[in-house]
Amino acid sequence: MSELAISVENLSKLYRLGEIGTGTISHDLNRWWAKVRGKEDPFQKLGEENKRDTKGGGLVWALKDVSFDVPKGEVLGIIGKNGAGKSTLLKLLSRVTAPTTGIIKAQGRMASLLEVGTGFHPELTGRDNIFLNGAILGMTRGEISRKFDEIVSFSGVERYIDTPVKRYSSGMYVRLAFAVAAHLDTEILIIDEVLAVGDADFQKKCLGKMKDVSTNEGRTVLFVSHQMGIISQLCNTGLLMENGTVKAYGSINSIIDKYMTSNSAHGINEYIYSNNAKNKKIYFSKILTRNTNGDSSDNFRFDESISLEVDIEMEHYDSNSLISITLQDKLGYYISTDVIELSKFVLNEDTSRVSFKVEYPESLIAPNSYYFRLAIFKIDRTVYDLIENICPIRINDTGTPMSKFEGIDYGQVILNLKYST
Amino acid sequence: METKDIHWSTVIKPHTSLLDIDLKELWKYRDLLFLLVKRDFVAFYKQTILGPIWFFIQPLLTTLMYFLIFGRIANLSTDGVPPILFYLAGVTCWSYISECLLKTSDTFIANASIFGKVYFPRLIIPLSIVISNFVRFGIQFSLFLMVWLYYFVNGQVQVTFAIFLLPYLVLIMALLGLGFGIIFSSLTTKYRDLRFLLAFGVQLLMFATPVVYPLSMASEKMRWFLVVNPFTSLIETFRYGFTGSGSFSWMHLGYSSLVAVILLVFGVVIFNKVEKSFMDTV
Repeated sequence: MSELAISVENLSKLYRLGEIGTGTISHDLNRWWAKVRGKEDPFQKLGEENKRDTKGGGLVWALKDVSFDVPKGEVLGIIGKNGAGKSTLLKLLSRVTAPTTGIIKAQGRMASLLEVGTGFHPELTGRDNIFLNGAILGMTRGEISRKFDEIVSFSGVERYIDTPVKRYSSGMYVRLAFAVAAHLDTEILIIDEVLAVGDADFQKKCLGKMKDVSTNEGRTVLFVSHQMGIISQLCNTGLLMENGTVKAYGSINSIIDKYMTSNSAHGINEYIYSNNAKNKKIYFSKILTRNTNGDSSDNFRFDESISLEVDIEMEHYDSNSLISITLQDKLGYYISTDVIELSKFVLNEDTSRVSFKVEYPESLIAPNSYYFRLAIFKIDRTVYDLIENICPIRINDTGTPMSKFEGIDYGQVILNLKYST
Repeated sequence: METKDIHWSTVIKPHTSLLDIDLKELWKYRDLLFLLVKRDFVAFYKQTILGPIWFFIQPLLTTLMYFLIFGRIANLSTDGVPPILFYLAGVTCWSYISECLLKTSDTFIANASIFGKVYFPRLIIPLSIVISNFVRFGIQFSLFLMVWLYYFVNGQVQVTFAIFLLPYLVLIMALLGLGFGIIFSSLTTKYRDLRFLLAFGVQLLMFATPVVYPLSMASEKMRWFLVVNPFTSLIETFRYGFTGSGSFSWMHLGYSSLVAVILLVFGVVIFNKVEKSFMDTV
């Protein structure tokens, strides 16, 4: 086995739920008294698994007995649903907060990027902020001076470098912030979804830089993201977390696959608008996938059609609206897109709702995991609502011509081809 | 596993011993300390017309105010020292002490957004505050020195040997402010009430310290109360050194130094303990 960069043993983190404030002095005294007598924290045993949707005691294990090793030079992607404990793990790794039990050992300088532009001061110029931010991230002034030109040219804000950053556009701001972060050269780098900054062009540049960082320079990188596409491009191994524990550890592709299936374990596959959608004039209120029996489902046979039920609610009816429906693969790439006018469907005046169904044909989409992406927009580019990566579905291989090659990537569609000589 | 004999450069554990203070690490981050001090200054007078002159205006106006209220209206004695000089000495010292104390006491809450995202030795922040305030004190002290020189040349004040204690006085003021400040900053992460208490507590403390009146004015009964206050001997010694009036006692000064050291050690210990997990409670 090659040398280890990070070793995590039995790491746990306990959080207290609810209000933390002055009411807890008696608890504090209680715990302190138990500690003085060398006993276990009386409140600790109340802790339970981190399930956000079940009600329970006041303490929760955000992480429970997490152990894993990261070899040197590894680029590890950490994935999991919201609340799986990814962020807590990152916080512990980056020493923002201390673990409740367990130990983390690391070899080499460690830096974490849970956010870009930490400590940027709006009144300072870009130049001053590069130095300040770099120092906060752990660079010395000498190191920053040496990389200064490189950072500035990467960010593309040369002209504004002596202007206070409060005058920057938000794009310039994040570009400068990312540029500093990208030039950190520690042996271990911990990154949390900071890639999603800037315009498409800059994102591409960031991605390229991240690839360089992780492959060419032989560093150990821990990377947390929800964007499977990026994870699969950058990482060689993956760590799947669920309810505060490590569910699986292995090659990135197998981990992504496990994540996709575990995501849809509960059978019902429904998108319901979140509260902030209510501010939108027209929005998707409910989306649901059903199988041929009419049951709500997220698992489909290859030879079964997929029916998508869409409910749209609105404040006022805009007959010029268009609806786009896209099928995405698990990396977010589009498989097919269709656009239809809202006016094709009838508006229920009482509920100010439009409901319709759309059916995807059977025996066409290759067995794999997919998502949907829906948008309501107008030709003038007004976007009323846009939702991505919703209603994950899995199409199982139930006898395609390619069954015998299962596990091999054979594309997104299976076409009934005609051969002739 | 063969991992046993690897030398780990970073080990993160839930509990550390009380006096586990990594001075080497603190030294590694000295550049950050310097940059934070610089930031405080640049940000202070950005977009002001008078810029750094504000450092002078503040103590001047306060002194003038005290002169009118305590000197002219209340007719408090200044021990024969020219009133302007007397108040300016008090204001210069006191604003240093109170700024050190108040600003450091806000360390965790004011920097929660940075502390929540990146690790560096947390003690860097209170240290940077004390250093910024020291520089500020330096500027305000030069103002005091100019006013003092005027009276000195006119023969209205005498100097005593205690003037050579100035660096020591400034150090003890800083340590006291820092000690108190980091103790409060550690406690306020959980018990926010202390913030409000501290804000006016410091205001009241000024009146329990001979800033606007000399120690000699206090009655025998009140005297012990003022002497228990560790700030008293610092300001008295400062005045004694520069104006020859006031009181000086090695014992009182020793007492203040002892309090400063004890507070600082105690402060660093609880600061160190709180910084590990304050993100969960702040």
